[in-house]
Amino acid sequence: MPTFVYMTRCDGCGQCVDICPSDIMHIDKTYRRAYNIEPNFCWECYSCVKACPQHAIDVRGYADFAPLGHSVRVLREEEKGSISWKIKYRDGRVKEFTFPIRTTPWGSIQSPSDYAVPDANALGSVMLAHEPEALKVKTLPTLPPKKKV
Amino acid sequence: MGIFSSRKTKFVDSDILIIGGGFGGCGAAYEARYWARNAKIVLVEKANIERSGAVAHGLSAINCYMGMQWDENRPEDHVRYARGDLMGLVREDLVFDIARHVDATVHKFEEWGLPIMKDQKTGRYMREGRWQIMIHGESYKPIIAEAARKAASEVYNRIMVTHLLMDKARPNRVAGAVGFSVRDGNMYVFRAKAVIVGAGGASHMFRPRAIGEGMGRTWYAPWSSASAYGLLIPVGAKMTQMENRIVLARFKDGYGPVGAWFLLLKSHATNAYGEKYEPRWFDEIKAMVGKYAEITPMPTCLRNHSMLQEIKAGKGPIFMQTQHVLDTQEKEEIGWEDFLDMTIGQAVVWASQNIDPKEKPSELITSEPYVMGSHATCSGAWASGPEDCAPKDYQWGYNRMTTVEGLFGAGDTIGGSAHKFSSGSFTEGKIAGKSAVKYITDMGGNEPQVDEKEINRLKATIFKPLENYDVGRNEIVAGTVSPSYISPLQGLQRLEKIMDEYVGGISTFYMTNEPMLNRGLELLSMLKEDLDHLGAEDLHQLQRAWELHHRVWTAESVTRHTLFRQETRWPGYYYRGDHPKLDDTDWHVFTGSQYDAKTGEWHMTKLPVHHIID
Repeated sequence: MPTFVYMTRCDGCGQCVDICPSDIMHIDKTYRRAYNIEPNFCWECYSCVKACPQHAIDVRGYADFAPLGHSVRVLREEEKGSISWKIKYRDGRVKEFTFPIRTTPWGSIQSPSDYAVPDANALGSVMLAHEPEALKVKTLPTLPPKKKV
Repeated sequence: MGIFSSRKTKFVDSDILIIGGGFGGCGAAYEARYWARNAKIVLVEKANIERSGAVAHGLSAINCYMGMQWDENRPEDHVRYARGDLMGLVREDLVFDIARHVDATVHKFEEWGLPIMKDQKTGRYMREGRWQIMIHGESYKPIIAEAARKAASEVYNRIMVTHLLMDKARPNRVAGAVGFSVRDGNMYVFRAKAVIVGAGGASHMFRPRAIGEGMGRTWYAPWSSASAYGLLIPVGAKMTQMENRIVLARFKDGYGPVGAWFLLLKSHATNAYGEKYEPRWFDEIKAMVGKYAEITPMPTCLRNHSMLQEIKAGKGPIFMQTQHVLDTQEKEEIGWEDFLDMTIGQAVVWASQNIDPKEKPSELITSEPYVMGSHATCSGAWASGPEDCAPKDYQWGYNRMTTVEGLFGAGDTIGGSAHKFSSGSFTEGKIAGKSAVKYITDMGGNEPQVDEKEINRLKATIFKPLENYDVGRNEIVAGTVSPSYISPLQGLQRLEKIMDEYVGGISTFYMTNEPMLNRGLELLSMLKEDLDHLGAEDLHQLQRAWELHHRVWTAESVTRHTLFRQETRWPGYYYRGDHPKLDDTDWHVFTGSQYDAKTGEWHMTKLPVHHIID
C-alpha cells in the first residue's frame, strides 16, 4: 500500500500529516484519526511510519503485485542514532537488521553564519564556502590544458 | 462562494527566494547564507523539507564523489565518464564545475553526522564503484534539512508554487513566484531580487508499469512533478536536452537499486536460462551507434538496449543472480540496507513474494521513462557556466543563471550537467546560491517590481479548479463523471497514456517516430485546453491540479525536443523508428527550445557541444 492506520492505536496527533512528502496522510473528519487518502500516490517511503509516536501506521504491499501476509516494521530511534527493521515473509521467515542513522547529536550542525565572515573580494572568486580546506586538497582544481587544439 | 472571499493574499519579500527544499534547494540556502549574512533568504517547499524531494526516504550511496584527497579521481575523469555515459553530449563546463567542488560537500555531510562506510583496510570511504561511496543514509535528508533550516531566514512548508512572477518593467527578469498554501488555501506572493529553482524532475509523465494501487511505486518519487521545468518553460527560459528521458533497469515492481548488487557485491544479470546476454547484442549496438559502443563502462542506455532485445527475443525474464554473492552476514546486510535506506518498497515485494536473495535470483525490468537533470540524464534549463572555464557562448551572466535574468537553478532544473545525484545537486545549489548573492549585490537599488494586475490574474487562475468543481458538481448526482470538468487524476492518466503510446513509453518498447510525435502533440494540445476545466474538490486536489499543469508543460517540451532531434542518440532510453541510428554529423549538438508566451510558439535550435576536456 501503501500505508494504513490502525484504528485502536492512532490518536489523531497529525505528525504523519505534517511529514508526508506526498500530502496523502489526512485526518478523517468522523473518526478524528489519520488515514491514507490516496494509496496510489504512496511511495512506501515510510516517512509517516517512522514519525508516528503511537506506531499506528503500517504498510501492506501494493495490492497489484504484493501477495498478502508480509510485514516490514521499523523503529527509528533518533536519540540512539539507529534504525531497526523487522521483515516478516509471507511464509513466516523473519529477518532483522539495525543500522546507524547519524553520528552527531541532532541539532548540532553549525549555521553558515557561525563561521567567520568571508572576505568581500572572495565573492568574486569561484571558491565556495569552506574551500579549499573542506576539499582536503591544497587548491580548487582548474581546467586542465587541452593536449590538442 | 464564501470560501473564495475569505481567501487571503500573503506577501513575502526576500532577497533570495529558493523554490524546492530538496538537495539543490538546501545547498543553495546554505551557501547563500555563508556569503550574505544579512540577506533575507526564503525557502519554499510543497511538502516538509524534513522529508521532501527525491531523497525523502534516504539513500544507500552517494554516487558522485571524486576522492581527490586520496588521488582516486580528478574532476576531468568524471567529465569523461559522464560524457561517455550520455553518448558524447554533456555540458562539460558544468560537469567539471560540480566535480571539482563535490568532495567538499561530502566532507561537510560527514562532519554534520552522515555515517559514511569506511574500508577497514585503507580507512578511506568504502567504494561501491569508481564514483560511488556507501553510506548509512536513512537520515540523509533530515541531516541536510537541518543545515538548510539553520541557513534560511524563513522556511515555508506546504506551499505549492504554481508560477514564476516577472518584472513589470523588464519582461525577461524574474521578480518572484506565486503559489498557495495546501493547508489553509491562502495565496502566497513571494517577491524577490533573485530566484533559485531547485524543484523536482518528472515521474508520472509516461504511463507507469503498475497502474493500480502500485502506481505510486514509480522509480522516481511520485511527488517529483516536473516543477523544475513547468515553472521555467512558460516564462520563456531556454531549455535543453528535454528529449533525453531516462529509463532505469531495476528490480521488478519495487524498482529497488541495482548499483550495490552489480558494483560492490559483484552480482550479474542473466536471461531466464542463466546466460549472460550483453555480449550477444554488441554487434547490433555497434551498427547503431558506432564508436560509442566501445565506451567503458558501457553507457547506461546501451545496457538497457541489450536487456530489451533479450526480452523481445523471448529470453526473459531477466534475473539478477543475487544468490551467488551473499556469502557473508556483512554482505547480506549491505544488500538489505541498500533497499531499506532508499527503496523500502522492494523489501516489501521480496517479503511478500517469499524471495530471499540468498536463495534465489530476482527479476529485473526496465522502468517507464522519467525526465530529470540530476541522474544519468541531463534535461533542464540552458544555464550560464562557470566564469573560469565555460566557453564564451556558454557564458552570459552569472554561473547557473538561466536565460531569464535573475533566475537560477540547481539539481533537476539545470540541463546538460548529468551525473550529479544527491551530492552534486547540493553542490550545484551551492554554486547557484553564491552566484545569486553576487547578482543581488551587483544589482544595487534596481529591484524588480511586480504588477498588481498580474497577481490578480494569477489568483483567479490558481484557484479556478476549486470553482470548476464547486459549480460542476451540482450538475451531477454523485460520482466522478462530469461533462464540465475532469479530475487531476483523470487528466494525469490521459497525459500518461498519450506519452506512453506516442512519445516512446513502455507499450511501444520506447519506440516513436515523426507521425507518432505529431499525433501526440495534437492530443497534448487538447489536454492543455482541458486543463482549464480541471475540477479540484479540495486543496490537496488543487495541488494535484498544479502538479499536472507542470507535467503537461514539460511533456510538450519533451515531445517537441524528441521530434526535433532526428536521430536515435540513446537506444535503450528511446528510439526514433524513422531515424534509427546515431548521427554525429548532424546531431552532435544539444537541442534547445524557447517558448514565446506572446505568440504561443516554440523556437527550436541546435546548441553547440564544446569539448573542453580531452
